[in-house]
Amino acid sequence: MDHRPQAWGRPRDDVYGAYDASYLQTNGPKTATQSPIVTGTSVIAIKFKDGVVMAADNLASYGSLARFTDVKRLRPFLSTSIVGFGGDVSDMQFLDRHLNELAIDEAYEHESTATTDTDSPSKTGQLNAANLHKYLSKLMYRRRSDFDPLWNQVLVAGFDAHAKPFLASVDLRGTTFTSPSLATGFGAMLAQPIMRRFAATEEDAAALTREQAVDVVKECMKVLFYRDARSLDRYSIAVVTKDGVELSEDEQLEKQSWAFAERIRGYGTQVV
Amino acid sequence: MFRNNYDNDSVTFSPQGRIFQVEYAAEAVKQGSVVVGIASKTHAVLVAIKRNAEELSSYQKKLFPIDEHVGIAIAGLTSDARVLSNFMKQQCLGHRLTYGRNMPVRTLVDMIGSKAQINTQHYGKRPYGVGLLVAGVDEQGPHLFEFQPSGMTEEMVAFAIGARSQMARTYLEKNIDKFADCGREELVRHGLRALKESLVQDRELTVDNTSVGVAGAVKVDDGSTKVEPFQVYDQQDVAAWIESVADDKEGGAGAGEGEGEGEGEGMEVDS
Repeated sequence: MDHRPQAWGRPRDDVYGAYDASYLQTNGPKTATQSPIVTGTSVIAIKFKDGVVMAADNLASYGSLARFTDVKRLRPFLSTSIVGFGGDVSDMQFLDRHLNELAIDEAYEHESTATTDTDSPSKTGQLNAANLHKYLSKLMYRRRSDFDPLWNQVLVAGFDAHAKPFLASVDLRGTTFTSPSLATGFGAMLAQPIMRRFAATEEDAAALTREQAVDVVKECMKVLFYRDARSLDRYSIAVVTKDGVELSEDEQLEKQSWAFAERIRGYGTQVV
Repeated sequence: MFRNNYDNDSVTFSPQGRIFQVEYAAEAVKQGSVVVGIASKTHAVLVAIKRNAEELSSYQKKLFPIDEHVGIAIAGLTSDARVLSNFMKQQCLGHRLTYGRNMPVRTLVDMIGSKAQINTQHYGKRPYGVGLLVAGVDEQGPHLFEFQPSGMTEEMVAFAIGARSQMARTYLEKNIDKFADCGREELVRHGLRALKESLVQDRELTVDNTSVGVAGAVKVDDGSTKVEPFQVYDQQDVAAWIESVADDKEGGAGAGEGEGEGEGEGMEVDS
């Protein structure tokens, strides 16, 4: 037995062989995140008459393994906006903590004036969803320019400075866009066409009721669970209105019908 | 010979608990010509008397726009004000870039407050020799802040700083209840009347020596507020206002005994 302090806590060379130092990278460029590790799949959101509905399932996958089934990927900001995260979960947690700090600073800055208006949850002057989205876009772009991107696509929902429903996206490259309905990841292929049937234009979205919007989103979550192999039937759904954010984090997909599955041919276990 | 051992730097207290360098900086503010600020429910105005070093020279500017929604009035060392003004401009621009909105006025004022306070607590630094009135509008409406070289900042309904400003403050105190509901024009007139109180005997407001700055936040029907950007008015643009307060005696304060500070000798301050 080797009792020298250098050897404490190390696998014994006589049992395991000498340590293979080639695993340690000793030279070469600094490498930040090269790919996401633990990931969340789609986030979907659609505007309606007086707000925005957003949903994302509660799964965090490790590759194709459904590793964590209770991950909350929607987070409210100042109880006036909702941020939904697709992509790397650790980067999501970093952003979550960062936004917490931002919200606390913002709450302190408006402390003295906060009491003036009582009924509205949005204290006038506090960061609204449009401000928050702008900030996140700068943050994401800065990180990609440092070659250390935050590997997420983020949806921000809430209201803009004119108190109109606001929905916009920013991704790991700092690219931003906005639309009456938005979806990240697989949702962009599977859910977005369905949502567009109901809200192709801002006018269409302004005609949708809250119930309609929630139904569309729930239907999309079902389609995503059917066809996205990295998805889960437990999901979170949030509704942002002028009265604030209503967030439900343990919804179960209802009225599933797998009858269509039998007709699927061409891959999987079945031979023709 | 050893008149005062405790005013060599801004980190040493005197046995009486005073920091002389900071008090001297406050004196510099009193040497600058007077500036007045008033805020109502809809507008914030700044008015100022400009001084010229001699008959043949031009007048030193007193009002400076910072951003779309904020402006400052200065009393004291103009060069120190320039440093603070550049800092404020950069902060406002940076805030607009990262958040896409106007910086809240209180946030901005707190920043220069912290910046100025640091100077009073480091050996080898000196306090800013300038006082500011910061007027602006944000989502909460119009605001007026006072800033002192000590780093003290405070929100005000109306205030005046600079030489002989006590007389202007007396006028403002007498009329404080009227300001909240004043319209834009009436607020400017109150400012000019306060300014007149501070004038020395044979001087009067002219288009050459008077500056007016206005920012507003006007409620629109759909509940949102429309910002009237901070704008400085000089020369012929202030002629009508000066004319309108030419010979009214309203609120004329009884030619108060000021602080007897008078025009300072020696130190070169913003003329």
